[in-house]
Amino acid sequence: MSVPEENKDSSTVEAPVAKKKGVPEGVGKLIPVYVMGKRYEVPETLTIMKAMEYAGFKFIRGCGCRGGICGACATVYRRAGDYRLRVGLACQTVVEPNMYLTQIPFYPANRASCDFSQLTSSPEEIFKLYPELFRCIACNLCTKACPMDVEVMDYIAALKQGNIARAATLSFNCIQCGLCASRCMGELPQYHIAQLARRIYGSKIAPQAEHLVEVAAAGSSGKYDAYLEALMKMSEEELRRLYQEREMEPEIAPEDWVPNNKEYL
Amino acid sequence: MPYTPELRELIKVVEKTRPERVARKKRGEEFLSMSLDERDEILKKYHPDYRQEGRRALRVGVNKGYVIPDEFVDILEAWSRVEPDKVDLSEPDVETDVLIIGGGGAGTAAAILAEEQGARVVIATKLRHGDANTMMAEGGIQAATKTDKDSPYYHYLDVMGGGHFKCDPELVYTLVTQAPDVLQWLEGLGVMFSKYPDGRLQSIHGGGTSRKRMHYCGDVTGMEIMRTIRDEARNRANITVVEFAPAVELLLNEHGDCAGALLYNLETEEYIVVRAKSTILASGGAGRLHIQGFMTTNHYGATADGLVLGYRAGVEVSFLHTVQYHPTGAVYPEQVEGLLITEKFRGAGANLVNINGDQFVNEREPRDVESAACIRECLDRKLGVTTPTGRVGIWLDSPMIDILSGEGTVKREFPGKHILFQRHGIDISKEPMLVYPTLHYQNGGLKIDSGCRTSVPGLFVAGEVAGGIHGENRLMGNSLLDVVVFGRIAGRSAAIYARESSREGKLTLDHVRAYHRELKEAGVPADCVAPMLLPDYTDPEIRKKQLTSHYFGTLR
Repeated sequence: MSVPEENKDSSTVEAPVAKKKGVPEGVGKLIPVYVMGKRYEVPETLTIMKAMEYAGFKFIRGCGCRGGICGACATVYRRAGDYRLRVGLACQTVVEPNMYLTQIPFYPANRASCDFSQLTSSPEEIFKLYPELFRCIACNLCTKACPMDVEVMDYIAALKQGNIARAATLSFNCIQCGLCASRCMGELPQYHIAQLARRIYGSKIAPQAEHLVEVAAAGSSGKYDAYLEALMKMSEEELRRLYQEREMEPEIAPEDWVPNNKEYL
Repeated sequence: MPYTPELRELIKVVEKTRPERVARKKRGEEFLSMSLDERDEILKKYHPDYRQEGRRALRVGVNKGYVIPDEFVDILEAWSRVEPDKVDLSEPDVETDVLIIGGGGAGTAAAILAEEQGARVVIATKLRHGDANTMMAEGGIQAATKTDKDSPYYHYLDVMGGGHFKCDPELVYTLVTQAPDVLQWLEGLGVMFSKYPDGRLQSIHGGGTSRKRMHYCGDVTGMEIMRTIRDEARNRANITVVEFAPAVELLLNEHGDCAGALLYNLETEEYIVVRAKSTILASGGAGRLHIQGFMTTNHYGATADGLVLGYRAGVEVSFLHTVQYHPTGAVYPEQVEGLLITEKFRGAGANLVNINGDQFVNEREPRDVESAACIRECLDRKLGVTTPTGRVGIWLDSPMIDILSGEGTVKREFPGKHILFQRHGIDISKEPMLVYPTLHYQNGGLKIDSGCRTSVPGLFVAGEVAGGIHGENRLMGNSLLDVVVFGRIAGRSAAIYARESSREGKLTLDHVRAYHRELKEAGVPADCVAPMLLPDYTDPEIRKKQLTSHYFGTLR
């Protein structure tokens, strides 16, 4: 397939491509894409990741969970004839004709180490570890670069105001791919700052689960050992009976549902 | 790709039966659960574990004669990536107290606990730190934390029943009694659990649970746990992480104790000798072997490397005859094939329905039973829905959740999946998803005791690579629990062993030589090396043109 004249781009490298093979069924027709400037023909329905594999790439970096959650396959691309850089995850983004793409599998942003157990819930802790927070000029490029639609600039703004809870909630879907940092004029490592904010929120600001203290203590005091030891020695037949007879908490039961049999609680 | 007009027509059928199904849900009327006998019957007929074809007996090693899927046999009956005689073990490149192979949930939890025991720790991981199935676990983590309705007693019964009463009792005991403590530990590290305003943890049912004890962090529980413990590990000065450096062999010493591993730098292709006082295998699962040709939910690196390493060193394997197929992997759009659709959707009220919009199974059966029922519906009763690429699936009726719990629930509770499908033009709060069972979890693995010890002194195992905890079938929410419970134990055990019991001795790969001899004697052709390290998804036509698979000289 040749590139239509209007889509030709000055950064095109017309690499020699072996003559085409058959296209697997159900994946549509072949379209040209430019991987790091080099042209390949790939089925139009594939994701960038599968298209690159189809073309013969074998990933070492730039491929992880293949399910849009690990942040290994951050990709920057541009459509021929367009100046705008777009972003996506290679495992989630479907190829488009004449897209120019490159992966950014690693970004060397600053991560501040600390003794987390010694931190307080004060925003000052974050300011001290990441003074560059205040270099943010609110250009919003970070938010535009986020493949997860996280409101990056907003959580940075929240942190500047000392609102850790809001930053933790806003950044919750962050997959730490680093694209925000790659576009940041203030050179902030947003995703590392957000990680710290979430941990401070989760352990020092959000209301703690008091029931865990009680039950963990009960467990280590051996409260359940007698029941459990009996189960461990039981025949399969007896276990099957108890299993069949166990009382089920109904699907729609309210949180304060209690079973009839409280003997083993 | 949004739904095609043909699929949209079929969705209308689902919409037609939806009001009545929602009404039944509201009345608390459930589709009848199967008895244990009915479960046995459907499993025998439809579950891939019970198919006789596609499996064979191991010809070598401690489990010689054990019949397991071909894909496991292929990698266990394979040759080392290195010729033992060529490896110079006399001057190790790295020395440490505890070497951890694998940087997922188990390995990372182990590292933190080992470091707390004063050990110097090296984590060697094939991809990036945190690239693991742990990261992808969505549904949640089980623990009996609510003493007014639950206790480890019921958790124990549920685990046992789910695992066909074959689980190792000691391991189950450890799993269920440590669970609340693990949640407390995670909360202390800053994991953002979904909570009620007073701090009480929210919890729901999972398949096969008798009490609502699945705790969660939105629909990204695994990611939240993984990134939090990874962050903590990065804060510890005595934990060194070596990325893109998978282990390709364990090293033993002259006493027969495990004493480190041979790593392979994926980028420079060098081999690196690491001597360690104790070693933890936490290398994860096997989904990328595509057992019986199934698509998988697993991570790119899930190639069962640890099984190969442990087995060659003489550690027994167990429960590899069973593999877990998650009932609901996406089959549409094609770009997301195999993608895990968490059980939590069913826990939150979504029905599984066939092409006629009818329910055919209770949504909270254990995973193997649920999967078998889906396979029966599609292959036997022919009531599945065929996609444009020829896949077949059944509907997971997610829009019910918004109707049951209020507009916006799907978007709020399943942000990850909502945005993902949105990108393909599908709004899962308004349209159902098409799903089919997908290869999800390695039930079995290397044999351990409740201290994560193996038959090889100095070698500890934790996480998905271990076997016995879940018997023949794992329940949802018990793998995140497993990796943290046993990861912590392995870390502590290995550090104590390194301090108190390890013995100095000359490093050796004699066990690999012996394994090679055994392969030769069994007549296994020398045409396959393992561990696989990474799967190959290159187009077969391209592969035919990749002619330099064996070469000499400067070309890699």
